[in-house]
Amino acid sequence: MITTEGLTKRYGRVTALESLSIDVQAGVTGLVGANGAGKSTLLKILLGLLPATEGAAHVLDMDVRTDGPAIRERVGYMPEHDCLPPDVTATEFCVHMARMSGLPATAARERTADVLRHVGLYEERYRPMGGYSTGMKQRVKLAQALVHDPGLVLLDEPTNGLDPAGRDDMLGLIRRIGAEFGISVLVTSHLLGELERICDGIVVIDGGTLLQHSTTASVTAETAVVAVEVDGDPTALAARLGAHGVGVQRRGGLLHVDVTDPASYDVVRDAVSELGLGLVRMEQQRHRMTEIFTGSAPGGEHV
Amino acid sequence: MSETTTPTAGPTGAIHDIGYRHYDGPRLGAAYIARSLYVDTLRGAFGLGRSAKSKIMPFVLLGVMVIPAVTIGIVTGYFGFAELPLGYTRYSFTMQVVITIFLGSQAPAAMSRDLRFRVAPLYFSRPLSRQQYVQAKFAGMSTALFILVGLPITLLFLSALLADLTLEDQLPDYLRAMGGAVVLALVLAGIGLVVAAMTPRRGLGVAAVVGVLLVLSGIQVTVRAMAEEFGSDTFAGYAGLLSPFTLIDGIQAGPLGADSVMGTPPEGAAMATVFCLVAVGLVAGAYAVLLVRYRKALS
Repeated sequence: MITTEGLTKRYGRVTALESLSIDVQAGVTGLVGANGAGKSTLLKILLGLLPATEGAAHVLDMDVRTDGPAIRERVGYMPEHDCLPPDVTATEFCVHMARMSGLPATAARERTADVLRHVGLYEERYRPMGGYSTGMKQRVKLAQALVHDPGLVLLDEPTNGLDPAGRDDMLGLIRRIGAEFGISVLVTSHLLGELERICDGIVVIDGGTLLQHSTTASVTAETAVVAVEVDGDPTALAARLGAHGVGVQRRGGLLHVDVTDPASYDVVRDAVSELGLGLVRMEQQRHRMTEIFTGSAPGGEHV
Repeated sequence: MSETTTPTAGPTGAIHDIGYRHYDGPRLGAAYIARSLYVDTLRGAFGLGRSAKSKIMPFVLLGVMVIPAVTIGIVTGYFGFAELPLGYTRYSFTMQVVITIFLGSQAPAAMSRDLRFRVAPLYFSRPLSRQQYVQAKFAGMSTALFILVGLPITLLFLSALLADLTLEDQLPDYLRAMGGAVVLALVLAGIGLVVAAMTPRRGLGVAAVVGVLLVLSGIQVTVRAMAEEFGSDTFAGYAGLLSPFTLIDGIQAGPLGADSVMGTPPEGAAMATVFCLVAVGLVAGAYAVLLVRYRKALS
């Protein structure tokens, strides 16, 4: 969907992107980075609006340097900021934006009705947008990015300013765009937990350089650690496991047991039964995305 | 298409999700988009496709522009005058306040809205280039102004013919006035759009556009009066460059050969050339400024 090779962007002496090489597959991909990490610069280069200082980028197999208009015909963009004139209705606005993407007037009206329904805007769409709630505005912004049926949408902080329920709705919608509509999504956020739920892949940039590039599955893969909870004091259990040469760490009321050697499971079972404790649960631990920032996640290509 | 016609809609009235449908139809490219934007801008200048309230002002002003022309025509015919009491080439100069108000009220609607509500990035994330966007807006606004100026002049011409004035007498001046109207529309659209693009805040644009044109007009009159006082006819002639309305009058009087409204009209080929160059420079300059303004609006 998107590939960049050694992409660099400098504004005078300020470097916004530094030899960034990523390969984004179809599906939903999260782009994570703090404010000023270069997310918006990357999106503008991908839309062919900003020339890169060095390196190359391809979107939908088209070169951003030479095929800007063709790319923008097939890509939808939802900006982070407010972009809706208050005196027109959502329907009028989306029809206009569909025509500005090259759709004939009749098709523009049909697509608008379809897309507004998909984003969950019904009777409100005939009212001027000035009176909309933040949630409704975000839906219209998403609708105008989808109205020309793009192959890829770039969503800049779509959950910004939404309450928890609105956030869940928006995330569900983004998941549907990727899974049901068959439109690939590049979504930026500074909230890792959100992206963990909906993304197939994840790109982390910091200070314009690539920090981590991996699939969500590999980031959140199972680890060789089992959490063990017993209905009693785990201290004795920890000591006994240690005596059998099994790596164990105390985490509050839980024991994190290293099960790299499968025989460790038996050791845990025997030790629990010998001590006369009740085994409440044994749970395989997974990596969490936040570990990207502490540098302990596997599977990603550290750069 | 619509949910209500979906035969599977249940008795509860629940809307069935018929799933996402892809669009396989034509995508018409930048030329079509630019054309659509041009038509939208032109229609928008007369309030068409906008709220009922925003139709009032442009059509009242269009009426104010047209009524004197029709009245003059009727009076000329009724009393059998040998020539029109107000010539074609003087019409836009006489009605300049109306034209100024029209530009002041409509240029911000065409330009500032996209900047104020930050809609511009949505255009530029679509196939249209910045140049094509500015061209479409410029052309739309110019055409609206040309209609505003050209329509009454044309009605004046038709009523003159109905009043049995001869075509040979009327046609040359009519064509000069229409030529002047084209230049006036381009120059005024340029000035109006640039001022509007610089003042995206609501209300400010209207005042700024009207203010700039009235001040220019005032300076023109003052400078001319002073120059005439000191007896410098050449300098007084150049004073006409200061206001778009006298600039166009100078072009109509100079290269196009009409009678000027100015006491000391531009004389000679050199001065006529200067008037033309200034007009071309104003239009090109306005276009360049708008391009730069929208480069900033990209983010």
